[in-house]
Amino acid sequence: MCLAVPGRILGIQGEESLWRTGRVDFGGVIKEVSLACVPDAQPGEYVIVHAGVAISRLDQEEASRMLESLRSIDGLSEPGGEGA
Amino acid sequence: MRYVAEYRDPEWARRLAEQIARVVTRPWTLMEVCGGQTHSILRHGIDAMLPAEITLIHGPGCPVCVTPVGLIDAALQIAARPEVLFCSFGDMLRVPGTHGDLLSAKAAGADVRMVYSPLDAVSLAMRHPDRQVVFFGVGFETTAPATALAVVQAAARGLSNFSLLVSHVRVPPAMEALLSMADCRVQGFLAAGHVCTVMGTAEYESIAAKYRVPIVVTGFEPVDLLQGILRCVRQLEGGRHVVENEYPRAVCDSGNEPAQRWMREVFRVVSREWRGMGEIPDSGLGLAQAYARFDAAQRFGMGTEWTPMATECQSGMVLQGQMRPTQCPAFGTRCSPEHPLGATMVSSEGACAAYHRYRRPKVTS
Repeated sequence: MCLAVPGRILGIQGEESLWRTGRVDFGGVIKEVSLACVPDAQPGEYVIVHAGVAISRLDQEEASRMLESLRSIDGLSEPGGEGA
Repeated sequence: MRYVAEYRDPEWARRLAEQIARVVTRPWTLMEVCGGQTHSILRHGIDAMLPAEITLIHGPGCPVCVTPVGLIDAALQIAARPEVLFCSFGDMLRVPGTHGDLLSAKAAGADVRMVYSPLDAVSLAMRHPDRQVVFFGVGFETTAPATALAVVQAAARGLSNFSLLVSHVRVPPAMEALLSMADCRVQGFLAAGHVCTVMGTAEYESIAAKYRVPIVVTGFEPVDLLQGILRCVRQLEGGRHVVENEYPRAVCDSGNEPAQRWMREVFRVVSREWRGMGEIPDSGLGLAQAYARFDAAQRFGMGTEWTPMATECQSGMVLQGQMRPTQCPAFGTRCSPEHPLGATMVSSEGACAAYHRYRRPKVTS
């Protein structure tokens, strides 16, 4: 129910926040989603989308910081897995 | 997919599990609140990666599962009306009421449709001005902004043929209700990441302090879950109990303020009955006075008193974390996803459905 997935904004339509929508790319699947809850979101950014509504702009700095912190855990060096 | 694949790396997951094993010195019981996390744990076999000291119990984090049967009966009555086009998320359509589910109502001729977003229900109302479009709004704080937006859009468009059967619930009061139970075994929580994306972390500070329980806001991918467990175990081992945020790429302390504004505009906090847990004060959202005209229960004269259904289903115990799905005598025999006795076997986030789909046979050596 609380499944929400990150996708990249390709383009934005509408001015007023209630009606502002974005075309969002989810790894090749493109859907139109409401941007009414992320009024500052811009094309090129990643948003986290749930039930047709973007509920957050993905913080790319925090995402990299977490991966960095994993590397710094004692004994936890870079694995060779996909996307790492 | 970017920002997903990195967090599913099996090597990092394995090393985090090793780290947990190095940190733990005695038994701890943690509860993940969200059904999405429950499914991820079973799907990726995270429970099996953990040291024996760590027990994960599954919380009431499936909004479909905690919707009371009486409300589903009300939905069935509304859906059966000839002027109604009834819609909701797919999971909701398969939850059994006293007499069948919404999909069987559809098979019997009712106009019942599955939608992906509450906003799709508004589009249906615009395309079908001669029909009364009713959306069964169910979900935690994650989903409430989408439902709120649908109501505001319907109001802005002046739609008189759109209404809402509301079953929205709030997570923190349910966590407090669990912690207040005499036999509560939960020593640490993995809080539901996307609920906190919307609401932030402040609501959990008082719970962590009052019940002396660590609460780690956690994401949904294997690396997120293992990081959440590691941070929770570190707090327990160190005798600490604070709110930590393991999921900062999606959650900031104040949450999503525009989303909270839409919610405050449309909803007010009400008491709500949770299936298996009874009525929990302040645990639900109902329509605010200014939007009461969109209330489907009022529009179609449904009462607000619901009677519980007598059933063999023991989902209440499962939802409270008192019983594992596999301990239920009906599990996998009289109750399966094809023939569910209760919502926890239906919903894609229900704990019983997760065990049924991903359970691993016990191997004896």
